[in-house]
Amino acid sequence: MSTRQSRKTGDRLLQTMGILVLVLALVSLGALIQDVVSDGWGRLNWQFLTSPPSRFPEAAGIYPQLLGSLYVMLLTAALSLPMGIGAAVYLEEYGGGGRWARIIEVNIANLAGVPSVIYGLLGLGLFVRGFGLGPSVLAGGATLALLVLPVVILSTREALRTVPMSAREGSYALGATKWQTIWHQVLPGALPGIFTGLILAMSRAIGETAPLITIGALTYIPFAPTGLDSRFTVLPIQVYNWVSRPQAAFAENAAAGIIVLLVLLLTMNAVAVVLRDRFQRARA
Amino acid sequence: MTRSTRKVLEFGIERLLFVCAAASVLVTAGIIGVLAFETVEFFREVPILSFLFGTVWTPLFTDRQFGVLPLVTGTMLVSAIAMLVALPAGVLSAIYLSEYAPAPVRRVVKPALEILAGIPTVVYGYFALLYVTPLLQQVFPSLAAFNALSPGLVMGIMILPMVSSLSEDALHAVPNGLREGAYALGATKMQAALRVVVPAAFSGISASFILAMSRAIGETMIVAIAAGQQPRLTLNPLVSVETMTAYIVQVSLGDTPSGSLEYRTIFAVGMLLFLMTFALNMASNWLRRRFREVYA
Repeated sequence: MSTRQSRKTGDRLLQTMGILVLVLALVSLGALIQDVVSDGWGRLNWQFLTSPPSRFPEAAGIYPQLLGSLYVMLLTAALSLPMGIGAAVYLEEYGGGGRWARIIEVNIANLAGVPSVIYGLLGLGLFVRGFGLGPSVLAGGATLALLVLPVVILSTREALRTVPMSAREGSYALGATKWQTIWHQVLPGALPGIFTGLILAMSRAIGETAPLITIGALTYIPFAPTGLDSRFTVLPIQVYNWVSRPQAAFAENAAAGIIVLLVLLLTMNAVAVVLRDRFQRARA
Repeated sequence: MTRSTRKVLEFGIERLLFVCAAASVLVTAGIIGVLAFETVEFFREVPILSFLFGTVWTPLFTDRQFGVLPLVTGTMLVSAIAMLVALPAGVLSAIYLSEYAPAPVRRVVKPALEILAGIPTVVYGYFALLYVTPLLQQVFPSLAAFNALSPGLVMGIMILPMVSSLSEDALHAVPNGLREGAYALGATKMQAALRVVVPAAFSGISASFILAMSRAIGETMIVAIAAGQQPRLTLNPLVSVETMTAYIVQVSLGDTPSGSLEYRTIFAVGMLLFLMTFALNMASNWLRRRFREVYA
């Protein structure tokens, strides 16, 4: 009898430990959000969103950073999307397990694991100094585009794989060429998945700090960027700048900046979920 | 459109798509090229052995010394603390989610863990410096304002979702026949999980460990914010240290002229960091592929 009891105890113990760990992880998430909101909520107002940073914490805002983030993100999307989709279509639809395709696949898996700060060094050596772009919006967007490229490729491949073989075969049966099939059948079918992948990539890009610091984007910038060659800074860098100052008032600004960042992230992901749902319903 | 132009177009498009795919190889080549170029220049002035085995790192002082070991131990110390949190927690939660949890619990918990993984690292840095460190100081009064312990713990929470979800995938891939065989022999769920399923998924789980280690070594903002900027050869988690990544950030913040020796140090350190993470990523991929072959 006692053995049966101890057998059950072991089961219960393992289960309890698993639950405990998960509860602890979720409690830390709660503590993080609670901490940030309680520190930063008071600073959050219209003036904070529309003013440039300042030596005086109560007058400071995040307007140029917010627009800097927006510019860099748009550029990142514009650069990484065509290349990423192109690479994914090649690997899924044409590559067919050849030697080149294998090398490229291993390479993409490795790129996905390269630390982001290394991409910063690449951007610094190549775009900022090598091409002479300076710490501009273009250099920042290009750096982040390379950083998120593996994400775009991997998620697009997943999306292409969800398109049923019968859609391709039906198209071939009607006399379509390979590219006609891809353009008219495969890509539209994979669109929701590709879109979700893009949002995933952009959520990664909006929070990236280290590579942009490395290319030299931590500076005092009172104006929003005006073009591709403008110097810029982004929201997470401003948060870093405020966190590293000793005054408590700046920490409040950092917390308020984090709230804005998290709200942006949450909105992007919510949009992705809604759009994917709508796509799926339309096709069902 | 005639058939022949159609053919040319088809061929052209295939080439174009191939170029897109091959460009990803150029990115790797670019990384290695940029790092190698500056690193070679660096080693013209600093002997490679005194870089790899030197114990004093003071490239920004007048008495310059380029021993990278303090940065490496700092990186290892913080990563080790993170792994001490993420490994047991990640595997336990994976076992629970894969073997015990009812479907509704999985549906709620997994997205919540994904949120944890999606929070920008600068936010974790804020959390480590202004919430976790003060909390820990109540337990260890000698804890410095910048230290290895707090960012290590927070980094552990950050990589927990990755260990958990990759390990869970590995556990999930173990065929049910193995579990059923264990049950038929009278095993409890725990016995089946710990003695059959986990060993069967071992290479998949180790792959997740190694990948997590690589993430921890390359993580930058948490340590740049909360671990400090004092390269110190120590294993004491209560004092301030500097990691390789934090050093790169520290130099990037200043206005270091390109071509100077200080400027090149960040590429040399970056090269070392790249090689370390590259080796870990390769090992992880190899393990995962082997695991997939077993149960394909």
